[in-house]
Amino acid sequence: MSTDRYDAIVIGGGHNGLVNGAYLAKGGLRTLILERRHLVGGAAITEELQPGFWFTTFSYALSLLRPQIIHELELTKHGFLPLQMSTRFAPGDDGDHLLFTRDHDENLREVARHSPHDADAYDQYGHDLDRVCQAIKPLLDTIPPDIFSDDPEEVVRLAALGSQLRSLDKRTLHNAVRLLTGSAADFLDDYFESELLKGWFASSGIIGSKVGPRSQGSGLVLLFHSLGEHDGSFGTWAFHKGGNGGFTQVLARAAQAFGAEIRLESPVVRVLTRDGEATGVALEDGTEIAADVVVSALDPRRTFLEMVDPRELPDDLVEDIRRLKFQGVSSKVNFALSGLPTHPTLGSGPELYRGFLNIGPSVDYLERAFDDAKYGWYSEHPYIDCAIQSTIDPDMAPPGKHVLSCFVQYTPYQLRESDWDAEREHMADRVQATLERFFPGFGGLVLQREVVTPLDIERTVGLSEGNIFAGEFLAPQMFFFRPAPGWSQYRTPIAGYYQCGSGTHPGGCVMGAPGRLAAGQILGDRSRARSG
Amino acid sequence: MIRTTPFHDRTSALNETGLWQHWSGHLVVTRYMASDKFEYFAVRNGVGVLDTSPLYKYRIAGRDAERFLSGMLARDIRTCAPGNAQYTTWLDDRGFVLEDGVVLRHAADEFLLTSAEPNFAWFADRIGRLSVTIEEVSLDIGTLAVQGPRSREVLARLVPSVTELPFFGITNATIGGRPVTVSRTGYTGDLGYEIWVEAADALTVWDGVWEAAEGHGMLPYGMGALYMLRIEAGLMLLGADFDSSRFAFNDAHRSTPLELGWAWMFKGLEEDERPFIGRTALVRERAEKSSRWRMVGLVVDWQDYDRVYSSAGLIPPKDHRPVHEDWMVYDADRTRVGYATSIMYSPVLQRHIALARVRPDLAKPGSRVFLEFTVDHHYEQVAAHVARLPLYNPERKTA
Repeated sequence: MSTDRYDAIVIGGGHNGLVNGAYLAKGGLRTLILERRHLVGGAAITEELQPGFWFTTFSYALSLLRPQIIHELELTKHGFLPLQMSTRFAPGDDGDHLLFTRDHDENLREVARHSPHDADAYDQYGHDLDRVCQAIKPLLDTIPPDIFSDDPEEVVRLAALGSQLRSLDKRTLHNAVRLLTGSAADFLDDYFESELLKGWFASSGIIGSKVGPRSQGSGLVLLFHSLGEHDGSFGTWAFHKGGNGGFTQVLARAAQAFGAEIRLESPVVRVLTRDGEATGVALEDGTEIAADVVVSALDPRRTFLEMVDPRELPDDLVEDIRRLKFQGVSSKVNFALSGLPTHPTLGSGPELYRGFLNIGPSVDYLERAFDDAKYGWYSEHPYIDCAIQSTIDPDMAPPGKHVLSCFVQYTPYQLRESDWDAEREHMADRVQATLERFFPGFGGLVLQREVVTPLDIERTVGLSEGNIFAGEFLAPQMFFFRPAPGWSQYRTPIAGYYQCGSGTHPGGCVMGAPGRLAAGQILGDRSRARSG
Repeated sequence: MIRTTPFHDRTSALNETGLWQHWSGHLVVTRYMASDKFEYFAVRNGVGVLDTSPLYKYRIAGRDAERFLSGMLARDIRTCAPGNAQYTTWLDDRGFVLEDGVVLRHAADEFLLTSAEPNFAWFADRIGRLSVTIEEVSLDIGTLAVQGPRSREVLARLVPSVTELPFFGITNATIGGRPVTVSRTGYTGDLGYEIWVEAADALTVWDGVWEAAEGHGMLPYGMGALYMLRIEAGLMLLGADFDSSRFAFNDAHRSTPLELGWAWMFKGLEEDERPFIGRTALVRERAEKSSRWRMVGLVVDWQDYDRVYSSAGLIPPKDHRPVHEDWMVYDADRTRVGYATSIMYSPVLQRHIALARVRPDLAKPGSRVFLEFTVDHHYEQVAAHVARLPLYNPERKTA
């Protein structure tokens, strides 16, 4: 055993590991964050694939980051800079399109161009969704009560949750339940008639999830993606300076400023335990490092089935983790471009591309893309969420050149009678062909292409089955049940061993809430142990 | 008849919103695109261009120009060597601020003074027997601010010497074959430069700058973005944060330089025996510690702010667009101890920030005060703390 001894070791330097380590260090613990790769960030990294071109390899935008983290970890001192997107663009078929700016009234006219009915419906939808978000949001900052516990404190917390729900008006509570359990398409049908608009909004109901817009459960995904408020406004998205890798570098600097130590290229192979208590970790090179607290920022499968011997855990927990759904369906295809794409009717002005560009022109389009995935294949006509980040952050590409991040669905982890090593480039060809369809001449702009399949995500980042949320956003895998019934409070059956990854409540996206809440639990347990 | 600036042909072509406002009798763009925050980020993260031509400009020259200005300006102009610029202020004989501005010292005996409002008579009437000429050149010179972390890289393609230009340095150069002065000055608190050009050459220079910026994502920014930038930078705005003593009806609308937080301008005052207008009052105010206020930054407590709005069932509004109004400031006993004059939600600081004057005993950074907001049509006092100005001060500004 190494002579080093830490109060806490965090396994994994992804954004939640960094947030957790920063809070633990801020709380006075001598903290070590161990990262397997040569850089921190996990799935939120930015890499220079050829000189001057910076690619957000995986995660590419910011919204859900809890504002408390910005303040409590003093991130603005370390370079936190969420750059605003000024437009959103959704090309449709035959040169049709929706182009939104930051002028709300202008956007209502743009909606009315497609459907006069949808213009005020757009405001009604926004208002109703805001009400639901307002009601749900406190849960993002709350450790779920343990509904299986007889502890009076937990009973009180559960009752508080109940009374919070009862304080909502009927329509908001009903909308919340409809979103949490229903489909995005059904919800949107209540408001809109424009297929292009519905396709656009429904797109955020399928991100990262093996559901179609008409599947029950897509409402929850849509709601989740609307819960952001990192920049002072509800539901907006930004590109962080230097991509999401720029953001995790900010987190790393903050963690270090609070005294946390970060060690790169230090893969942990197992958590050391004695008599049901965590005592430290063992690294791949045989080094053992002792600590009172070990926190896994990995996904639940790796936290419970790889880092510790499942025989040390209760059978029901092991079974629950084994049947946890991952089913990654998302890929990234990133491009270096020699110029901006040309839209058939709008041209190639930079104002088209200063924000998300949504290729998902109707609910039917998205649902058909999902149909392929249901039967184990990647979409013939994929949904693509594009972002030309260099139009907002000029440091991402050389002058006049651009980087294009494409988030692609559906590309199921499990392929029928083939594998991703064989299909990687064919899939990317479909993505490129789709971009060619909406932006003729696109292929001529391509200088380089990077393809990241669910298998690559799993191999590189360690997210099981390439699921970007470290466990799917399905109702039975959320809140009380994330990652498993009875284990939603960041503890594990092994004393001193905790979990803080996106597989815990509230879940994935670059939100940081799991890392923050877990740190609160750990520091609380230590202070209770001392005073008890 | 409202005037247009020498850059108007270009600014009007880029103004997508059709929103204009008046500044010193000139049309200037409020915001070029739907989002002034996007323009703001061009300056904080890339490079932005502002047409700042409407400023008043006076060429003050002659054998006694330095002597004259050292008696007129409160900050010692003699410390500004030729080839440099200086941010300065001028006072009345009671030590109240008339205005602030930047003075460029082109030569030992030649200065260019900028001001927000007309000041010709104030200066010209006090030349007396000195050998000094003053000439209004406001309309003869166009000014273009090129600001942001990329401004140096872009301008260096036109004027290589800017890479060596120190903070508040000036240099003469040519852009597109036309003579210009480039100063490392601005109103953004960021790395940045201002280009001073004869009006007739303005469009040529504009085109040259845009050509050099090709591919760098340069954006024009309007007054909306400018107001955001200057609050973070702790730079006062006449008519918002202070008024000219000349036209005030009572002392409540007057400020001394010490009250505006400009004590740093007078660090060498003891050694400097120079007489200047307002000196006696300034010295007395310093000695007697009789300042009524001290301009500080306020940073609003985010938890308290959110609590006040959330408990009213509202989504806490966090608007980046500055409001230039009086906002009352209280201490813990709910005694009024000052007032804020500019407030906004800062994108780089992710907090509500304000420029405010508080009682001098509360000016220490960290002092806890309460800022009054209106929530549901009634007043709510929200915790805030005093912070040193500028609230945002990146190293690159002076590096």
